[in-house]
Amino acid sequence: MPASSATGVSQRVTGGEVRDRVGDSPSRPDGVQKVRGEFAFSSDLWMDAMLWGKTLRSPHVAARIRAIDPSPALAIPGVRAVLTASDVPGRPTFGLEDPDQPVFADDVVRYHGEPVAAVAADHPETARAAALAIAVDYEPIAPLVDPEEALTAPPIHPEGNLFRHVAIRHGDPHAHGDVVVEGTYEVGMQDQAFLGLESGLAVPAEDGGVDLYVATQWLHVDRDQIAASLGLPADRVRLYLSGVGGAFGGREDVSLQIHLCMLALRTGRPVKMVYSRDESFFGHVHRHPARMWYRHHATRDGDLVKVEARIVLDGGAYLSSSRAVISNAACFAPGPYRVPNAVIDGYAVRTNNPPCGAMRGFGAVQACFGHEAQMDKLAVALSMDPVDLRLRNALERFDRLVTGQVLTGAVPVREVIRAAAAHPLPAPLGPDDPMLARPGGAGATADAAHVRRGVGFAVSVKNVAYSEGFDDYATARLRIEAGLDLDAAPVATVTVATAEVGQGFVTLAQQIVREELGVTRVVLAPANTVDVGSAGSSSASRQTWMSGGALQRACAVVRRELITRAAEMWECPVACCRFENGMVVRVDTVTDVGDDAEGVHVSVGELLAHGHVETEEEYHHAPTKALDAMGQGDAHLSFMFAAHRAVVDLDPDLGLVRVVQIATGQDVGRALHPVQVIGQIEGGVAQGVGLAVMEEIVVSEGRVRNPSFTDYLLPTVLDMPEVVATLVEEPEPGAPYGAKGVGEPPAISSGPAVMAAIRNATGLSLTRVPVHPEDIARSTGS
Amino acid sequence: MRGALVAQPGTVDEAVAALAATPGAQLLAGGTDFCVEVNFGMRRPPAVVALRRVAELRRIEMTPSQAVIGACTTYADMGGEPLATAFPGLAAAARTVGSPQIRNAGTLGGNVATASPAGDTLPLLVALDARMRLRGPTGERTVSLSELVTGVKRTGIAPDEVLVDVVIDRRPGPQEFLKVGTRNAMVIAIASVAVVVDVESREVRVGLGSVAPVPLRARDAEAHAREAIDWDALSVGEAGAARFGELVASACAPITDHRSTAEYRRHAVQVIARRALERCVRRAC
Repeated sequence: MPASSATGVSQRVTGGEVRDRVGDSPSRPDGVQKVRGEFAFSSDLWMDAMLWGKTLRSPHVAARIRAIDPSPALAIPGVRAVLTASDVPGRPTFGLEDPDQPVFADDVVRYHGEPVAAVAADHPETARAAALAIAVDYEPIAPLVDPEEALTAPPIHPEGNLFRHVAIRHGDPHAHGDVVVEGTYEVGMQDQAFLGLESGLAVPAEDGGVDLYVATQWLHVDRDQIAASLGLPADRVRLYLSGVGGAFGGREDVSLQIHLCMLALRTGRPVKMVYSRDESFFGHVHRHPARMWYRHHATRDGDLVKVEARIVLDGGAYLSSSRAVISNAACFAPGPYRVPNAVIDGYAVRTNNPPCGAMRGFGAVQACFGHEAQMDKLAVALSMDPVDLRLRNALERFDRLVTGQVLTGAVPVREVIRAAAAHPLPAPLGPDDPMLARPGGAGATADAAHVRRGVGFAVSVKNVAYSEGFDDYATARLRIEAGLDLDAAPVATVTVATAEVGQGFVTLAQQIVREELGVTRVVLAPANTVDVGSAGSSSASRQTWMSGGALQRACAVVRRELITRAAEMWECPVACCRFENGMVVRVDTVTDVGDDAEGVHVSVGELLAHGHVETEEEYHHAPTKALDAMGQGDAHLSFMFAAHRAVVDLDPDLGLVRVVQIATGQDVGRALHPVQVIGQIEGGVAQGVGLAVMEEIVVSEGRVRNPSFTDYLLPTVLDMPEVVATLVEEPEPGAPYGAKGVGEPPAISSGPAVMAAIRNATGLSLTRVPVHPEDIARSTGS
Repeated sequence: MRGALVAQPGTVDEAVAALAATPGAQLLAGGTDFCVEVNFGMRRPPAVVALRRVAELRRIEMTPSQAVIGACTTYADMGGEPLATAFPGLAAAARTVGSPQIRNAGTLGGNVATASPAGDTLPLLVALDARMRLRGPTGERTVSLSELVTGVKRTGIAPDEVLVDVVIDRRPGPQEFLKVGTRNAMVIAIASVAVVVDVESREVRVGLGSVAPVPLRARDAEAHAREAIDWDALSVGEAGAARFGELVASACAPITDHRSTAEYRRHAVQVIARRALERCVRRAC
């Protein structure tokens, strides 16, 4: 085992009554370590005699590779291996949905930064120099960089340029409204920009397999892709979750995993790799840039009649999860509104731009910028208040989506809108407010008199968990045994492969066991592919529902076993026993047993005296269906709704913006850990605000222009607004504890609300995000 | 190939000697520019001469007429006393640099020697005709900033010279520094301006950043302001201030890159120059 880095998180909790149950807000078991800087992230992995890996990436956007000569690199002392496409022992490609992406570019390079070779050397500097020494003979070719052109251009990949066309035809395609508004919108390429860089350590094993310690979002699906490319059975590739420093979708795809394992197997030595910040921008997929055309029809009274939309997502060079992202973008194109007629076409296409895939909000984010701008436009055309228009058209329970799916769960759209709108507005900016609180911030560019305020509103919908017929499940193993100390208090050990990417499942797992079994001491075993089945991905806002559901089920099995033990002891029917507050209680008449004072009960600890109880349970969510040729079908499990009201201060002459406040109402089903829900909301708002006003990977002619935190700007504390949140709790039928996911909605409509506020302050239409100062200043400047 | 020699001189003369002894050596002060370039693989000097132990480079000497500011004075130092009172424009510029960590590490000398068009202290230095004192194996020389900075990240500092300190004349009167970036903190300037109003000599000095390959003076704007200001009331009329902004804009030669457009830079510098002047002197009614 490498040093402590690859271990999971465990915490022993002692005390009398069982606290910190579902609905409470206990501290994270890894919280103190993280705050003190003591938490071991995957970049801290270390092993004696390990080598360092380095990837060589294409400097070209599109090129044919005529030849690769590794010999100059191999001639450098300390270089142990140089691997290229011809060294891949198994399947030469990988991919989440379809393996269309080469492990190393073989004959063709399709994007700027595509891996071409990997090096292992005894020092990271040697590895870096060796990667540069590899002689690659490229023949650059004209890149395909326009997603519209991709639809008709000659294919740049054997599988063609169209990843998926989702056509939704709902109701009467010829329906026409009294009032029609039309618009085109663009969303730039956002990056997950997690702080913990891609990193891992691969260790060759005696059985010819490999152990990989890595930060990822889904251990088992990584394992399957690695094993296929290594040509090994899955059980000889073992993954162990290392400390993950954020993910947001950017760790769903394989990055360095296969390269690392190949290097370890080739050299027979442990190999570590850590991407630099600039390499990270090339090493993972991004949020799809979008071009969207919308036409909304409504009655004179403001009832939506029809939504027409055409959405083109640029998927970049390889598929990743583009098919699912465009499905979401198309399905949620109208937003959380009742739309009787719809004609929607979504296209995800292949270009020579950087590959795009999963990012928090997954297709719903792009669509939301479009549908919410349209709702505001419609409100203007109808001379209606934009919030009233949204309330009027808000989806309700038993309404149909444009996919024909009937909403059978909780649909508190009006409630979230009213909750967001009900928060008091912040005080206006005054001359005495500090300069740092004005647009321009530390640059001290604005006097109070230069500042104009705007308010905007946006609402969103997104699915929970995986959709369209995917057999989505999670697994949990639970063991409960008598403790080793004097009072033999029971100890529960939870083993799940759930990737803790910051969302707080480590906390929730403990809460669930305490809730279900009344056991105070709950230990979390390390997450890996060895000890437990798949948890599915820590994405799609799904782990509370899915891993939570599996763990709740495991608790139920344990409870039944304990009841059986008690019934055997009392020689009574199982039906006479009930589990209550960490003990089994006999509920039939007590006189037979002759204990009249306290009733009959036995503690979990006593029941465990003769042995532990252990079980592994799978939880599959209710089945969903693929969309048909008309885009119809019950494709989704459940839906989350959120509303955001943004207040911005803006300097019209310079076009600088400061987001003052985001007020939100969010449909959470039930808040199982209210503090962590607020944490998700604040973090999601930061990402939504970022996309609205600054975050963009600038790509020109396929080339990434700003792969650094110098130029890829993330909101600082001076850019982050105050967040005021109302959690709308309407339990979701069928969901464990009635809880929906909470991670994505804050990142969806917060950005569109900011855009609405900027439009409100400027009167400009502003159809592209992120909005730049020049977009605002040019038109409104003095 | 992996390692680099590191010299840790205790005096400027030792630093000069270390540079002479190891051709190609790189001077290291706060490292906030240099280390980034190393991380990007853009620079791999064979040797580094680290200046942290050279106490005389952090000296700040104030006289009634000028300040001699050691090259290793940090941005945090510039934001505090005695410099903040003597050169409020320099302090304001220093406070816009990076994060607190960067301001604790980065130095005035590093800002000058890196000579980025976006160097935040440069507009004020150029406005005040700051002089740079350099010491090499053959002795010392003094040059103005505008002579020293020859292009984008290019200076006339010889490979064997150490920038010792920066000499700035004190000017009685208000100073302002305004900087436009696409984020409210920790951002590279898209356009910046320093305006110095000398109430004794009755002159206005303007330095511009990020709108040309090198920090610029806006001499026409300065001459105009000198005339437009009512020096007894210390105020400026609406038209005078507006014209000032226009003249500043016409002095610059901005570019379009991934951070902004030339058009916006020219517009922004016009807006902030006018605002800077109006903060220095009252708007006449």
